Amino acid sequence: MKKLTLQDLRDLRERKKAEIARRDTSGKTGEVIIGMGTCGIAAGARAAFDAFVEELDKGGLTHVVVKQTGCMGLCYSEPTVEVRMPGMPATVYGTVTADVARKIVNEHILAGRLVGDHVFDKPAADIAPTLARGAK
Amino acid sequence: MAYKHFILVCGGTACESCKSGALHDNLVTAVRQNGLEGSVQVVKTGCFGFCEQGSVVKVLPEEAFYVRVKPEDAAEIVAEHLVKGRPVDRLLYKVGAGKLSSIDDIPFYQKQFRIVLRNCGLIDPENIEEYIAREGYAALEKVLFTMKPDDVIEELRKSGLRGRGGAGFPTWRKWVFSKDVKADQKYIICNADEGDPGAYMDRSTLEGDPHSILEAMTIAGYTTGATQGYIYIRAEYPLAIKRLEIAIGQARAAGLLGENILGSGFSFDLELRLGAGAFVCGEETALIASIEGKRGMPIPRPPFPAVRGLWGKPTIINNVETFANIPVILLKGGDWFGSIGTATSKGTKVFALTGKINNSGLIEVPMGTTLREIIFDIGGGIKDGKKFKAAQTGGPSGGVIPEQFLDTPIDYESLGALGSIMGSGGLIVMDQDDCMVDVNKFYLEFTVDESCGKCAPCRVGGRTMYNLLVGISEGRGSVADIDQLRTVAHAMNKASLCGLGQTAPNPVMSALKYFGDEYRVHIKDHKCPAGKCKALVTYSILAEKCIGCTLCARRCPVNCISGARRQTHVIDLSRCIKCGECYDACKFEAVQRG
Ligand SMILES: Cc1cc2nc3c(=O)[nH]c(=O)nc-3n(C[C@H](O)[C@H](O)[C@H](O)COP(=O)(O)O)c2cc1C
Ligand code: SF4
Ligand code: SF4
Repeated sequence: MKKLTLQDLRDLRERKKAEIARRDTSGKTGEVIIGMGTCGIAAGARAAFDAFVEELDKGGLTHVVVKQTGCMGLCYSEPTVEVRMPGMPATVYGTVTADVARKIVNEHILAGRLVGDHVFDKPAADIAPTLARGAK
Repeated sequence: MAYKHFILVCGGTACESCKSGALHDNLVTAVRQNGLEGSVQVVKTGCFGFCEQGSVVKVLPEEAFYVRVKPEDAAEIVAEHLVKGRPVDRLLYKVGAGKLSSIDDIPFYQKQFRIVLRNCGLIDPENIEEYIAREGYAALEKVLFTMKPDDVIEELRKSGLRGRGGAGFPTWRKWVFSKDVKADQKYIICNADEGDPGAYMDRSTLEGDPHSILEAMTIAGYTTGATQGYIYIRAEYPLAIKRLEIAIGQARAAGLLGENILGSGFSFDLELRLGAGAFVCGEETALIASIEGKRGMPIPRPPFPAVRGLWGKPTIINNVETFANIPVILLKGGDWFGSIGTATSKGTKVFALTGKINNSGLIEVPMGTTLREIIFDIGGGIKDGKKFKAAQTGGPSGGVIPEQFLDTPIDYESLGALGSIMGSGGLIVMDQDDCMVDVNKFYLEFTVDESCGKCAPCRVGGRTMYNLLVGISEGRGSVADIDQLRTVAHAMNKASLCGLGQTAPNPVMSALKYFGDEYRVHIKDHKCPAGKCKALVTYSILAEKCIGCTLCARRCPVNCISGARRQTHVIDLSRCIKCGECYDACKFEAVQRG
C-alpha cells in the first residue's frame, strides 16, 4: 500500500463502504465469517475453515467468500461462524465442526434452511453505522 | 420455496427444564396446521441467555423476542404473528423502565452494547481496509486535522473515561499530567500484560481489532507530544502478537504510523515489547523497568510515570481496553460516552465470564448493569441447574460478591463498597460446590508465587496468610487464625509497596465478611461443606441405601470401590483420593460425604 494522504484515506473508506453496501444489496454474494481468536482456533476453527472452503469449492459456490475474524464472545460455543446470505437473516452458528460446516453449506447456503441446534444469537448490536454520524 | 420466517426456540439445557422441547413441537404443529410449513422454519438454537425468563423464542427476520413462552402459547404466536403479522404483545420482552434509554439503535432486548469490542467478530483483523471501512482511523484523522491537544483532553474529560486496567484513574487527568511536562521525548505505553487468572479481554481485543489500539496510541502521542510508543504484551499471546505485527506493518505502509502521518506533519511510531508473563510486570512501574531491560520490580510512586516514566521521560501508560474506547469517544463525542453508565463510571465494561456459568464468554455491558443481568440474562445462569454462590471480580486483587448483592449496579464505587474491585474484567462465577477457603487458597497461592519479593509485607505476609489457609483447609485451624488473617491483611494492605501486595488479602477479607460461617465450620467442626478441602472430607457408602447398582464403582477413577451387583458397595478409604465422583454418581443418596 502506498502512503495515504488525508484524501486517499477518505476515498478508501468510502470505496470500501460502497463495496460492502453493494455486496449486501446485490443479492448475489454471501459470506462465511469464522471467529479465529485463540479460543476459536483452540476449539477447531481451522478445521471448520478448511471444511467450508472445500465444500464450497465442491459445489462451485464461488460467490460465497470465507473470511476470518476475531472472537465473537461466545466462547462456550466455539468455533463460532456467522453466515450472511442474501434473503436470509445473518445467522451465528456455534460449535461448528467440519461436519457442521459441510451441513451449513448444503442446508443454509444451498437450500436456504437454517441448521437446527447450532444457531446462536448475535451477542450485540452494531454501533458502526452510528459512529459515522457522530454525536446525536 | 424459500422460507420467509424463522422461529428460533431456545434449546439450551436451562430451558429444556422449562419445557422448550414441548414448545418446539407445538410450534412445528401450529406451523403445519396453518399451512405454513413451506414458508416458516422452526429451529432449535443454543442458549440465548435470559434463562431466568423461561423459554425464549425469537422470530426472524423481524427479530421479535419473546420470553416466558409456554408450550400452550405456540398456537397464538403462529396464528397472530406469522399468519396475521401482529406480534404477541404480552410475550414480547420489555426493557425495565428507562434503562439503556440513553443508547439509541440498540435492539430492545439486547443487554450487551459494544464499544470496545465493536469490530471483534466482525472484521478481518489482518486487513486494514476492513478496519478503515468501519470508521477506522477516522478519529485520528479528525484529531490530527481539526483538534488541538487541549480539545482531545476536553472530550476525554467530558466522556468520564476511567482506566480499565484496574485502578480506574481518570484517563484525561493522566494525559494532562504528561502533556504539561516539558521534555525532549515522551512515550506512550499500552499495557497488554493481562496477568489475572481467568482474564482474556485484552487478548481478544488485540486479536480481533489490533488497529483500534494503534489508532488510539497515536492519538495519545499527538495529545501529549510523544512520538514513540510501546505495546507491552506477554509472550504467551502469540496470535495477538502476530496480528499486532501485521497491523503495525500495514499502518506503516499506509502512512498511518511513521513520519508525517497523513501529511499532517505529526510523526509517531510503535514497537512491541514482549514480557515473560509475570503478573507483577503488569504493574506500571515494574512494566517500565522491564522494558528498560531491568528486572520487573515496582518502585515507589510518585513520581508517577506520566511525569517521570520510561527512561525518566513522561510516559502515558494505559490499558488495552482504555485505549480501545478512545477512537469512539473522539468520533461520537465525550458527551455521548458520558451519557452511558452510572454517575461515576461511564461507558461500558468488558468481562470475561468464566466458572460455573452456562454461557462462558466475552461480554461488554454498559456500566450500571447488574450482576444478575450479566450472570442470568447474558450468561444463561449457573451450569447444571446448580445454585449461585458468589462471583469474584478483580481476580486475585478482588473479592467475592454473594447472592444478596446480585442486584447492585456495577461500577467502580459500588464494587469497592462491597469489598471487591472492578479489576480488569475477569468475572468468575462460583456455585454451591465451590469452597471459599479453597478459592482463597488458590488466589493466595497465585499472589505468593507472583510476588516479586522486594518488600517484606507482601513477601512475608502473603506466605503467612497462605500457610494459615492451608492449616484451616487441613483441619489444623484455630479461631485465633481468623484474627491473625485480619491483622496480616491489614499490614499488607497498608505497607506493601505495590498493588499486588496491597490487594492480595482482598479475596480473604471479602470471604470472611460474607462467608465467615464457612471458615468457622472448617475450623470448629473440621468440615468442608462443599467437599473441596480433601483433608476434611471422607466418603462412605450407607449400607441401607446402597442397592448395588455398581455405578459408583464404575466411575471411581482409582477403582477403590468394591462390591458385586445388587450387593452393598464399600469404599477402601486407604486408596480413596476423595474426588467425589461416587458422590455425584449415586442416584440413591447412598454415598455420604462427611
Ligand atoms: C500487580 C499488578 C498487576 C497489574 N496488571 C495489569 C495488567 O495486566 N494490565 C493493565 O492494564 N494494568 C495492570 N495493572 C495496573 C497498572 O499498574 C496501571 O494502573 C494500568 O495499566 C494503567 O492503565 P489504565 O489507567 O488505562 O487502567 C496492574 C497493577 C498491579 C499492581
Ligand atoms: S508488594 Fe509484593 S509484588 Fe509489590 S513490590 Fe512488594 S513484594 Fe513486590
Ligand atoms: S471419592 Fe473418588 S476415589 Fe474416593 S471412592 Fe469415591 S470415586 Fe473413588
